[in-house]
Amino acid sequence: MANGSNAAIVGIGQTEFSKNSGRSELQLACECIKAALDDAGLTPADVDGMSTFTIDNNEDVDLVRSLGIKNLRFSSRVGHGGGGSVGPLAHAMAAVDSGLADVVVGWRAMNERSEYRFGVSQMDTTSSQGSGSGFIEWSLPFGSASPAAWTSVQAQRYMHRYGVTNEDFAHVSVQLRKYASTNPNAWFYQKPITVEDHQTSRWIVEPTFRLLDCTQESDGGVGFVVTSRERARDLKQPPVRILHATQAIPFGTETVTNYYHDDLCRFDSGIASSQELYRRTGLGPSDMQVAMLYDHFTIAIYWHLEAAGFCKQGEAAEFVKDGQIDIDGTIPVSPNGGHIGEAYIHGMNNVAEAVRQIRGTAANQVADVEHVLVAAGMSGAILGRD
Amino acid sequence: MSETTKMQRPAPAGGRDSAFFWEGCKRGVLVGQRCADCKRFHHPPRPMCPDCNSLEREEVELSGRATLHSWAKPVHPRLPMFEDDYLVALVDLDEGMRMLSNLCEVDPDDIEIGMPLEVFFVPTANDGAVHQFRPAGSVGRGKGA
Repeated sequence: MANGSNAAIVGIGQTEFSKNSGRSELQLACECIKAALDDAGLTPADVDGMSTFTIDNNEDVDLVRSLGIKNLRFSSRVGHGGGGSVGPLAHAMAAVDSGLADVVVGWRAMNERSEYRFGVSQMDTTSSQGSGSGFIEWSLPFGSASPAAWTSVQAQRYMHRYGVTNEDFAHVSVQLRKYASTNPNAWFYQKPITVEDHQTSRWIVEPTFRLLDCTQESDGGVGFVVTSRERARDLKQPPVRILHATQAIPFGTETVTNYYHDDLCRFDSGIASSQELYRRTGLGPSDMQVAMLYDHFTIAIYWHLEAAGFCKQGEAAEFVKDGQIDIDGTIPVSPNGGHIGEAYIHGMNNVAEAVRQIRGTAANQVADVEHVLVAAGMSGAILGRD
Repeated sequence: MSETTKMQRPAPAGGRDSAFFWEGCKRGVLVGQRCADCKRFHHPPRPMCPDCNSLEREEVELSGRATLHSWAKPVHPRLPMFEDDYLVALVDLDEGMRMLSNLCEVDPDDIEIGMPLEVFFVPTANDGAVHQFRPAGSVGRGKGA
């Protein structure tokens, strides 16, 4: 039996996932947090802690006055954009374990498709869409101005080292769209693709990413509620334990880009976060029944699989092609369809899916789920049944 | 100095810790940061040496020689201030640092990771300049990406 934190996720909530929500991001945040509280059997008056991560435009004070929260004792905002998307779980866990707060809500709510698209290049060298990251200064003057361009340079190095091609990536996309095709909440519900569809989609960056290698862009919100396991016993849902959650910023790390590590084929932050999670829980990759892996691009699934030890370094392409991330494979990956298939709620929809998999209520339910790894590189968590 | 009628690539932002680098580009010199105490090079520039925590920095003229570590060709969305078919490149400088730039004057079919490169410079908007790389020994005329 694993050791770990005394904190548990007791509620999850979300809006619909769309391309144009038609309402403010603050409203999306209110809706998904309220839905998560309803799911738990709690009210805004019970909330005394809050956490999100950067590139969310909603302020805690606005949520407090909209939701009717009486007094917030703890509030935090993790850095690193999507890489930090599991960070709020770590902060919520720490707040509950330490007594800084009793009931912590986390959220990510955005009109990323209808109002501001990450995929559109931005050429303002003085500001940073990567949330204050210095890498912008060293990228934009060279026309490296979008997440696809930033990520391609390290992706190409991986392709060169291991003889991987863009056609190999197709199998990641096909798998995630297969999952999404049977998930009614997914934007790509009932819309599976073939390798040929992938291979005929247009180039975004050559020779790394085609359109169907990229996450979709989405509007929507997802929230969660964390409290102690003791309090969870009186609530509506079976609690999902946070066995551990962590952040990871190894030396040389940048947000999005990864140019300065010795070996760009190794996913240093993913290795650091998963090793810390295994160390703290006493669990390993073979103890996981599901892995929710942050997929901004298809190759990220390779990086996560190798970093977390689901396959050996350089073997992820064959692992995926061999069906090992499908629902009956070695490690089912993102059975909601991930960002590529379900929606891009910047990592938070993967947290919600992890909770559903442990509750046994997912659209594509994996059998007998006891532990789920949620990995976003610079943050990660292992969730488990109580 | 520049083609003023055409949209130019943006000038690098620069800050207190990196201004020396971009000023060097304007002079046509690739300048690196070296720790004055432990003599290690670091890029991007930073106020403190991560190896010995010294605050004493030297600004050293670099050889401008490098090898290609990785590259990519952004296709979409088009950036009007860049030529078609420009290449983003990550290079390993002979002095040991890695640096993002553009790879120029090369046929994509001839690109090989590890190929030797040499530096040159092109102007940006606001009278700035940035470093570019081309195959070593090219007789190029400095046409940028």
